[in-house]
Amino acid sequence: MLDNEKIAGFIGKKILRLISLLVIVCFVSFMLIQYSPIDPVRAYIGEMPVSAEHKAKLEEYWGVNTPPQEKFLNWAGDALKGNFGISLIYRIPVTDVIKERFTASLALMAASWLFSGILGFILGIVAGMKKGTWIDKAIKTYCYVLAATPTFWLALILLMVFSVYLGWFPIGLSVPIGVTAENVTFLDWFLRLILPALTLSLLGVAQIALFTREKLIEVLSSDYVLFAKARGEKGLDLVLRHGIRNVALPAITLQFLGFSELFGGTVLVEQVFSYPGIGQAAVAAGLRSDVPLLLGIVIVSACFVFFGNAIADLIYQFVDPRIKQQEASI
Amino acid sequence: MGNMGNKTEINAKGKKETEALLKVEDLSLSFIQYASGLRQTELKVICNLSIEAYRGEILAVVGSSGSGKSLLAHAILGILPSNAKLDVKMEYNGKKLTQEIKEEIRGKEIALIPQATTYLDPLMRISNQVIGCVEEKNEGLMKKVQREVFQRYDLKPDVDRMFPHELSGGMTRRVLVSTAVMSSAKLIIADEPTPGLDEKTLNETLSYFKDMANKGCAVILITHDIEAALKISDKIAIFYAGTVLEVANVEDFKNNGENLRHPYTRALWNALPQNNFQAIKGHQPMQDEVIDGCIFYERCSKKNELCSKGIPQFKSINGGVVRCNNVS
Repeated sequence: MLDNEKIAGFIGKKILRLISLLVIVCFVSFMLIQYSPIDPVRAYIGEMPVSAEHKAKLEEYWGVNTPPQEKFLNWAGDALKGNFGISLIYRIPVTDVIKERFTASLALMAASWLFSGILGFILGIVAGMKKGTWIDKAIKTYCYVLAATPTFWLALILLMVFSVYLGWFPIGLSVPIGVTAENVTFLDWFLRLILPALTLSLLGVAQIALFTREKLIEVLSSDYVLFAKARGEKGLDLVLRHGIRNVALPAITLQFLGFSELFGGTVLVEQVFSYPGIGQAAVAAGLRSDVPLLLGIVIVSACFVFFGNAIADLIYQFVDPRIKQQEASI
Repeated sequence: MGNMGNKTEINAKGKKETEALLKVEDLSLSFIQYASGLRQTELKVICNLSIEAYRGEILAVVGSSGSGKSLLAHAILGILPSNAKLDVKMEYNGKKLTQEIKEEIRGKEIALIPQATTYLDPLMRISNQVIGCVEEKNEGLMKKVQREVFQRYDLKPDVDRMFPHELSGGMTRRVLVSTAVMSSAKLIIADEPTPGLDEKTLNETLSYFKDMANKGCAVILITHDIEAALKISDKIAIFYAGTVLEVANVEDFKNNGENLRHPYTRALWNALPQNNFQAIKGHQPMQDEVIDGCIFYERCSKKNELCSKGIPQFKSINGGVVRCNNVS
């Protein structure tokens, strides 16, 4: 089949691109860290007093005096074998830290991604349909206010209102303090997921809603909608038949392209809610000079954003019949 | 829907065939625009236009491109943009045609055949578009009707599942014509159906309209192609600068155009390649120009003082109507 061949080609090209991207990202981040005033020995021993002799031993162990290119190649060689080293903060392999943290974040990001996508799309459709009315103005104002709101600020407000004053939700973390892992229920975890997810969603709504609104207005003033009206179609039926059909694809694409903002938002939100996800780990790794963990997270986040963009491309090239056709005729 | 169509047909036959199916009287259309700051201006696009469409006849509305002819079609169907100001007396089948009635009967009694592929939803398969919005229980039946109509227009079964961008120009035209045939409408408005078609496809397309007229429909053919209009029309309305200057019978264009009434129509006839191929000087007045008298005054060879004061009224002459002071 032609289609299968095309998809294989597409995936092949994407993988090549991902590899070259990762090489560059790794190299640049490695060098940035190399030339930053980070002392791995100090990071390891913390405030413990050590003798000069002991320190020299540690320096040799951590390879402080090895030339940077050699260090990079050593690290890259190990990384290729799947060994990203041991996290200095957590004292367990980086892969284990990332696995655990990323799963926690994934739940948070998936929930807010879905929620903001659906809510934003619906708000955008309503605003576009009712263009110029008070509903439209209200939705637009809401979106502009949200688009101008810093993430951490909104997170703090929600935390103050819902956790502190109203006491509806726990204040932070992903599990209750002082409860053993076996005794943590799904509800415990779920209740702690709601506020961070809500913060992220509310912010994500603005972009998708404004985009959907703009796009729907464009579609509704198109020739084909005019013709549909001339043929007796009207109201909600018309919007459902022609509006949603033409707006959905670009909106979904945009939502996938938003993976980078989603990740950035997660870092801030996790910090405020002390939610033990990848974002919080990234901040901790940065502040406490955990180089192996920081590099590991950089790679994972680059892959994550790349994955989102690749899906957006895939949708455009293989779902939209117009682009499908163009490709075939070239 | 088929049953309903039959009933109206019987009703229509009961009435006098001589009565117009659609009467448009003194149609004026303007757009409200913001000029500078909050100052509003009114842009007059069509003024004092009158036409009548009869069952079994093709009326061609001929005028140059971009002169607002399409807006006439949109005005009849009630699909003008919200900043349009419409002032008209319209009658359909002897009843006043209000916006509510337009919304009620468009797509059923009145069908539009638009000009281009852009009027088809780019992401919807052709058969779904042609069938349109129907109740679920009728879908099977409509699908059959659609297949039959497509068969008649030589559209193969694989066209059903195509998307608009996969159609050729001629196929698009046939698909658009099919939408009108499917609707069993009594009044068909075709908006610029001919540009970009080769000779063969052009004649074919025109024959579809002739067929519709022969079946008792009233057809309004909006076009800038006077030659195409002459081939099939019964009457020709000459559209100039937002109004109709003359409605002539197609025979009037024969015999050196001697029976044509308005100086502009004659000039148009003279400009045709097969006649004298001579254009007159000047251009149509712009939409924002304010003209007191006859709209053709500037370019007219027969103008007199009366022509610069007030718009000439319609006069009936030799079975046609004309807006000119100097014809009798």
